[in-house]
Amino acid sequence: MGLEVKYLSELHKGQFGIIDSFTDYELSLKLLEMGCIPGEKIEVIRIAPLGDPIAISITGYMLSLRKDEAATVRVRLS
Amino acid sequence: MSRKLKIALVGNPNSGKSSVFNGLTGLNQKVANFPGVTVDKKMGFANLKDEQGGQIQVEYIDLPGTYSLYPKSPEEKLPFQILCDPNNESHPDLTVVIADGTNLKRNLFLCSQIIDLKIPVILVINMMDLVRFKKIEIDFNKLSQKLGIPVIPMNGRKQEGIDDLKKAIIQPLHIPDNDFIDVRVFAPEVIETIRHIVNVHSNYNAFLVANNLELITAFEIHQWKRDKITASCAEHHFDSQQMQARETLERYKIITGIMNDCVRNPDTPIQKSYSYKIDSLLTHRVWGYFIFLAVLFVVFQAIFSWASYPMDLIDSGFQSLSSFVKTSLPKGLINDLIVGGLLAGLNGIVVFIPQIALLFFFIAILEDTGYMARVSFIMDRLLRKFGLNGKSLIPLISGVACAVPAIMSTRTIQNWKERLITIMVTPLMSCSARLPVYTLLIALIIPKDYVYGINLQGLALMLLYFIGFAAAVGVAWLMKNFIKSKERSFFVMELPMYRVPRWSSIGLHILEKVKIFLFDAGKVIIIISIILWVLSSFGPSGKFEGIEKKYSSPEYTNVLPANEIDQKIQTEKLESSYAGMLGHVIEPAIRPLGFDWKIGIALITSFAAREVFVGTMSTIYSVGDSESSKHTLKEKMQSEMNPDTGGPRYSFAVGLALILFYAFAMQCMSTVATVYRETKRIRYPLIQILYMSGMAYLASLICYQLLK
Repeated sequence: MGLEVKYLSELHKGQFGIIDSFTDYELSLKLLEMGCIPGEKIEVIRIAPLGDPIAISITGYMLSLRKDEAATVRVRLS
Repeated sequence: MSRKLKIALVGNPNSGKSSVFNGLTGLNQKVANFPGVTVDKKMGFANLKDEQGGQIQVEYIDLPGTYSLYPKSPEEKLPFQILCDPNNESHPDLTVVIADGTNLKRNLFLCSQIIDLKIPVILVINMMDLVRFKKIEIDFNKLSQKLGIPVIPMNGRKQEGIDDLKKAIIQPLHIPDNDFIDVRVFAPEVIETIRHIVNVHSNYNAFLVANNLELITAFEIHQWKRDKITASCAEHHFDSQQMQARETLERYKIITGIMNDCVRNPDTPIQKSYSYKIDSLLTHRVWGYFIFLAVLFVVFQAIFSWASYPMDLIDSGFQSLSSFVKTSLPKGLINDLIVGGLLAGLNGIVVFIPQIALLFFFIAILEDTGYMARVSFIMDRLLRKFGLNGKSLIPLISGVACAVPAIMSTRTIQNWKERLITIMVTPLMSCSARLPVYTLLIALIIPKDYVYGINLQGLALMLLYFIGFAAAVGVAWLMKNFIKSKERSFFVMELPMYRVPRWSSIGLHILEKVKIFLFDAGKVIIIISIILWVLSSFGPSGKFEGIEKKYSSPEYTNVLPANEIDQKIQTEKLESSYAGMLGHVIEPAIRPLGFDWKIGIALITSFAAREVFVGTMSTIYSVGDSESSKHTLKEKMQSEMNPDTGGPRYSFAVGLALILFYAFAMQCMSTVATVYRETKRIRYPLIQILYMSGMAYLASLICYQLLK
């Protein structure tokens, strides 16, 4: 299969993957209700000029979050 | 026959809720307070006719935008408290959920929660123009069938579909038949217990109560019931976080199924969207910041030059009114009160309106187009260094209009420390109440020249805004090191699609803000200007008579013309009035800043509200000069001489020192009250008054001593 699991914060601009799991319970509740559900495709579409925060595409809309927040999301790359 | 209907509007942020609200209510809106909380309650009223011709009086409540019924910020508590407490006085008979049609999956999440509360629901699929533009196909009939509720497509901006919505509203109320998900499997015992104790309409409502135990203190139920609920949750090891996660996953599983059945989405990548392309420019590492600065520059230049025309009109209008009243009413105390107290105060309020309206116009556009979120996006990293949050920028920029709503808008910041710091420094931003003070003082000390086509006075004004911002950020950085907190800060935030602003909503928004200013701030200003008139028209008994007696002696009447004597009497009367005495009392403290007792009076009254400065000055100078209608305040202040130096009273050094004092000092009772309300601690507004006044005094002192 060759599935590689990375943290969302490690993805480059334009890279995408499938949400695998979360490492932070409290933050995951917020992300879940915003539609970041395990199994959903997630893509880094932009990185702010100063390197942080990042913008992602999820279920067809844009969401911004900080790098340290993105570091709690595990993503499967195909 | 007429019946009443209470309808709540709920929806995600950026779902176009307010344009639907405006479409349903028109101008018939009012803003009130929810009891116990500080969130504004936006209400609107309309009369509808049902199919039998009976009257329905509808009361609409526009609830703050939220993504779910699990509150993450104080604003989001409101939808929970109102929808989940059947005894709440705002609990609706019917809920209209507004969903963004281009983002249906996430929007259906909230909708599904409300369906399970077993309150009659209508789902509005808004933004149909964008849905069609994106070639998304939605099968409304099937969706309505699957959800078990009426579904109405709408384009709130153009009011397309509003009649269909009204038609759905007048239908007999229908409670959704089926549970969207069955929460009983998660925690059967707890739900059972709660349904026994409290009168809630659904299992899901009981489940939410168990999940938000800390919030049910606002519910209107007895303490023993609360205790029993808490005990039951503990007994059955009810783990709220885990429950919430399970519920969310379960809901999205079903929503995904419904989406597959009812919605065909071409799934074009976001990189193809126009919003993404605009973002490439507006969040660019060079152009992004450059454009942001340019936007601010345009806004402030416009406010300064556009607003001056209506302001001049208002000023001259009040002047002719004053002289008309003065000459047509019999001379005496009443005449003086109306001209010197009431009209002077009214002028000070009304003249404000063009600038407030313009400022809210620009802020509303920035917010409505989606640009404000991008500003947060490109600024977050910078602001975080200073203990702030990308979301702090919106309160800070709104602080440019008025610190009161700005401080209230910090509720979107979930982290307490960042929120507190934002609250503490927001009043340093140059609010619109400083604008008339700045306008007057800048006009006094900066020539009205153009250099390379740039209005110098406008430039000076922009610099003052910049100083305010720099001070806010600097103080925030200092406070970051003093305030301790273990709480984490979240920045998860939607970047909405760029949209053309909704002009009618912006118009209503401006109207609302101007109204609040006129009636809330206006009251204070009128009262203060009348108190001032009293203070400056009366003095300790015998003093005024002594002055008149002195000037009626032949050594004056023979030498000086009558009007000059009159003027001398007025000036001496003012100096020995109660106001003059107060000014004299504080003069030693403010003399090192270059201020005299007249400025002292203005400083005292400005501690209630800084815009009172202009009114105070008008009162002082019109009382001090009997030919009041001939000169404007500015000319009078310009011609004022300093007896100590022989030069003008308002020299560059004094003017600048005064400007700096107003830039930093905490001179607004409404802000103090708001800070207390938002922090629930008396020490925060106190600290704020102390540190800001200290800063103001030091800055003026240094400025005057260096420049004099």
